[in-house]
Formats: sequence, C-alpha cells, structure tokens
Amino acid sequence: MAGVPTQRWVARVNALCLHAWSKPLLFVLMLLPLVTLVAAVALDQLSANPAQALVRSTGDWTLRSLCLVLAVTPVRVGLHLPALARWRRLLGLFVYFYATLHLLTYSWLDMGFELNDIAHDIPKRPFILVGFTGYVVLAALALTSPSWVVRLMGGKNWRRLHQLVYVVAGLALLHFFWMRAGKNDFADVWLYTAIISLLLGWRLVRAVNFMKNKPMSL
Amino acid sequence: MLIKSNSQGFVHPITSDITPLAAYQSRRSMIRLMANGVAGAALASWAGREALAQAWAPPGKHAALASVKTAVVGGVTMEKVTDYKDVSTYNNFYEFGVDKADPVQYAQALPTSPWHVDIEGLVKKPGRFALEDLLKLSAQEERIYRLRCVEGWSMVIPWVGYSLSALIRKVEPLGSAKYVEFVTLADPKTMPGVRSQVLDWPYVEGLRLDEALHPLTLLAFGMYGEVLPKQSGAPLRLVVPWKYGFKSGKSLVKIRFTENQPKTAWNKAALHEYGFYSNVNPAVDHPRWSQDTERRIGEDGLFTKKRKTLLFNGYEAQVGQLYTGMDLKKYF
Repeated sequence: MAGVPTQRWVARVNALCLHAWSKPLLFVLMLLPLVTLVAAVALDQLSANPAQALVRSTGDWTLRSLCLVLAVTPVRVGLHLPALARWRRLLGLFVYFYATLHLLTYSWLDMGFELNDIAHDIPKRPFILVGFTGYVVLAALALTSPSWVVRLMGGKNWRRLHQLVYVVAGLALLHFFWMRAGKNDFADVWLYTAIISLLLGWRLVRAVNFMKNKPMSL
Repeated sequence: MLIKSNSQGFVHPITSDITPLAAYQSRRSMIRLMANGVAGAALASWAGREALAQAWAPPGKHAALASVKTAVVGGVTMEKVTDYKDVSTYNNFYEFGVDKADPVQYAQALPTSPWHVDIEGLVKKPGRFALEDLLKLSAQEERIYRLRCVEGWSMVIPWVGYSLSALIRKVEPLGSAKYVEFVTLADPKTMPGVRSQVLDWPYVEGLRLDEALHPLTLLAFGMYGEVLPKQSGAPLRLVVPWKYGFKSGKSLVKIRFTENQPKTAWNKAALHEYGFYSNVNPAVDHPRWSQDTERRIGEDGLFTKKRKTLLFNGYEAQVGQLYTGMDLKKYF
C-alpha cells in the first residue's frame, strides 16, 4: 500500500470536505443546473424549442451527476481523501433527482402525460425502454439510501444491490448512444463512454489486484 | 321506445339568435350598401385587421427583397407567422454542425456572391445560371408556408421566391427526364460540418419531375421580405411545403434532370428511416418515433399538448392528386 500522505494540502482538502458546510454547499452546487434551466425558461433563453432543450439538458445532467458519483471512490482512494465518502449518497440522490426530471419532462412536455401515447412510443423507440429500465433501478437505489434501510438490509446485501449503479451506467450510455444514432452524432457519446469506462476500469483493476493479493483459500 | 314530446323534440332558438324584424326587413338595403361600396370600405378595414395579424416587421438584417402577391392556390396560409428570431436561430443545416444553434453561429462566413447554379442532365438547354439572372427569371412572390420538420416540430414562414417550374420550363426537360436532383454546396473550407462524417457530402435531395413542377414547389431567395440569411440556405434554396423539411435543400449549386430516382443523402444514410418521398403523413411513423403530432415553434406553450399533424402538411387539396393510387406506407 502507498505510504501515509504527508502533503499538507491533502490534509487540508480532507478537512474542508469534513467541514459542516461542505455538504450544504455541495447540495446548492448540484441544484445550480436546475436553477439555470428554470431561469433560462423564464427568460426565454432556451432556444426556439424549450421543451426539447429541457428534456435533453435534464438527461445531460443525469449523466454528469452519474459521472460525479462514480468518481467519488477513485478520487477518494487515489488522492487519500477519506472525507469524500460523506458526499457519495448526496451525489447519488442527485443522479436520481435529475433522472426524475428527465423522465418527467419527457412524459409531460413531449407526451402530454398521455399514457396511451407513451405506451405506443416505447416500442418505436427502444432507447426509451433502456432509459426507463435504468430509471427503475435508480429508484430502487434511491429508496434504499436511508441509513435505517442500510441497517435493515445488512451491509453486504446493500452493497450488492448498490453495485447495480454500474448497470445503470451501462444502460445510460446505451440510451444516449441510441438517441444520438439517428444523426450519427457520437462525439458526446464517446466522451461520456470514455469517462465512465475510466471510472469503472479503475474499479476492475483494483478488484483484480485485490484478488491477486488475497491468499488463495480452498 | 323513445318518444319525443313537443318540448324535447323541438329545440327553440334562444331569443338572441332570432333576427330582429327591422334587421330582416332592411337586408335588401344592406346588400345595396355593400354593392355601393360603403360596406366594402368597412370590410376593407376589417380585412386590414386580419392582414395586420399576419404581418411581421422585416427584421432589417439583410437586403430587402420585394415581392408581389401570389396567385398560387394554397400559397398563403393565414396561420400566425413564426418569429424571425426562432426561424433564423433554430436550424438544421448539417454543413455547419448538427446542433440547431450551429448554423447561425458558423454560417456567417459563407461567401454567397458570386454564386451560380449549374443545370445539368436531361434538358435541352443545360448551362450555368448566375444568381442575378435567377433572381430576375420570374416575379418574386411572397408565399407563407407551413414547414414541418421530420423531428416533430413546425413553423410558419413567409418565403420570397417563385415556383421552381418557371426555371424548369426555361431549361426544357427532355421527355426522358423523370426526376430532378438538387445538389447543395459542400465546401470544407467554409462549412465546418462537412469535415464530419454525419452524412455523405454533398447533400443531395430529389423530387419526381411532376412534384418539382407543382406550383407550390418554391425556389426561394428570401424570407420575411429580405434575402435569405445564410443559416437558412442563402442565396437560394428549395421549399417543398408538403414534405418534411430535409427535402428542401439549402444553398443550391446544381440542379440535375435524371431518368432514375436520385440517391439522396438521407436515403444513403438510413434508407429504412428516410424514404425518397418523405411526404408529411401522420399515419406513417418514422421508425423511431410517431409523426402523429407536432410542436409549433414559438406558439405552443411549454405545457401545451402538441398539435395534430396533417396529411401532406395540410396541402392535401393541392398535391394529393400527385399520389393517386400510390401506397404511401410503401413509398414513404
């Protein structure tokens, strides 16, 4: 294992992350995209087609929050910032929050809450089914986020369930890829795929190393 | 058995519906008044109000392009015209990028003068037409058309131009000409999108000759009383109002008359998704979404339900006969 970090700045950053105000600040920061979107709607700055812009940007922010929450553990371990663990649940809940807004804007602004139309829309656009599946999994993770549920489930089960976030990441990327496939416009898709692959790849390497270092037990 | 009694079977008019005796008796003098033009003047002011609802101020961003009224049936819809700002900032023009905001940002460096259009293929008089000559070839008319994008949104745009048929007649297609192919500019130096692999450049579109000859098919040089802004296809473009917007090529450089159906850019990119005809049709879904409804840009509020899309974008009376007996699901 790496030695104890001696750099003072690491200790300082860690202390800042432990500060009582760090979590409320993160909360406000994560709300900024929503505030910006609402302001843009109010000021008519959201292109000529604000409905579509809202559906797309809430989707973008779901993906961005997902990248953030998946980055917590690699950054925490890599930079020796144990305090970052405190932020993980909040960031995870924001993934669910923006995903909910994304689903809501689609079903309201795009489909006018016509369940019949939505039911007809889904087989035509399988990428919506992929996105919705991801949303259902996210909902399960959000519902099991309170501490008392963690205690109730037991750490091992809870951890196993919450590893489904990797499945969510895959579904989100497939959903995004499929949506952009119509225009062969994949630049952003590759960018997010690269980021998420890096974050998940780090975990894979770590797991392999862990298995290697573990004495074989028969 | 349902027996209608006197009170149920006869619907009495409400008092306000009954024409007063005096008005009834004076109807002849009313007609006489109208004939004498007195009421005509009153009607004129009423019509003027209607026209006002249609009016827009020329945005004052480009050179004015004068036009006359059109005699083409269906050439002027009375619907509310979309704001110039929306029409000139929300564009699909992939030569400048796939984002709707890209064209207005990147198209301004495009040189549109000098400009010429080559007429090629099965015509008696092929040749190169300078833009100045094309502008004068026929009287510029104002046409207010609905524009329906394949993506499910629509606008109402006052174009300036003339029926493409005027140019076609001038170059005299041969009997063997069955289709018209439209080739648009693809200049990697001034069009950043052309460097990407989104489509097979140049962008090519096509029509059947009879579609191209239809009076509604417009060769447009302007919109909102001014020459076209670059992001909308300056200096000249096609407008085929009953087909999805992508059929109307922008910044045309070549018009070719052919015997075989042209291989259009979108046919090459995704044949099963974008057919050659691409007529607006709510009954024929895009493979990946419904075409049943549309959102009118700038008019329908954020929470307004989308409006119903009309067959041939509402131009069925004018163009329906072009497709008599044709299976529109097969030839989508």
